[in-house]
Amino acid sequence: MSATIKWFWFASPQTFFPLAGVIARACWVGAALLALAGLYVGFFVAPTDAQQGEAYRIIFIHVAAAWMSMFLYVVMAFWAAIGLAFNTRLSSMMASAMAPTGAMFTFVALWTGALWGRPTWGAYWVWDARLTSELILLFLYLGFMALQAAIDDPRRADRAGALLAIVGVVNVPIIYYSVQWWNTLHQGASVSLTRAPSMASTMLAGMLLMALAFWLYSIAASLTRVRCIIQERE
Amino acid sequence: MNWGSWSGFWAMGGYGFYVWGAYGVTFAALALEIFLLARRSRETKT
Repeated sequence: MSATIKWFWFASPQTFFPLAGVIARACWVGAALLALAGLYVGFFVAPTDAQQGEAYRIIFIHVAAAWMSMFLYVVMAFWAAIGLAFNTRLSSMMASAMAPTGAMFTFVALWTGALWGRPTWGAYWVWDARLTSELILLFLYLGFMALQAAIDDPRRADRAGALLAIVGVVNVPIIYYSVQWWNTLHQGASVSLTRAPSMASTMLAGMLLMALAFWLYSIAASLTRVRCIIQERE
Repeated sequence: MNWGSWSGFWAMGGYGFYVWGAYGVTFAALALEIFLLARRSRETKT
């Protein structure tokens, strides 16, 4: 059996169902272990920040959650678009399965940001370009979920949700580049692909461990939810 | 090691409210999603 045929084999919800269960279980375990490692590095190995004292330790969950909130939206819009273009049931189900997890991480990014902003900026919230565009991302997730919940026919709900998800994807680069395009209170990226990270290596290690933990958590949660959706629909 | 004692650990250098407020709500949100997912899985199986 060639790789191409296998790919389509797993595009069927029935054959994907047991595979999703196996991957989800492995990811739940991996996420828990990586989160423990990340918390250990974040609280016991990484040193106190010279400027922000201990308040900076919010970074380990804040940045990881913010990355996931944007990344999950792009992947959700991708699956929604595939479902819309090729009428594949599983793709649309994946998009629906990812939305609540993405919304949760967006909320976490905003919440941890507020509690970090108060001691460092002096305000829980400011109408800064980065913060405002991230808030819009939360509304996009909630709008996607509300729209799908409001339509009884699941296939029609998939198509309507897909349109919203695809239009909303324009917001993701706005969030990402907001700190460069506008004069924001929010700081620029500490980690980028093009230059060395501007932080201590143990701090970076803690952040990457938490990001990886959230990543596996997202895979586990989405696959567990898509299994529920498959059972509910088919 | 960063912390001399447990009380020092919980105080977080005076930022305890912000740091533990952030971590507490984050893990509560994760736990809530896991709980809701587990309940939905149980309900769909029967």
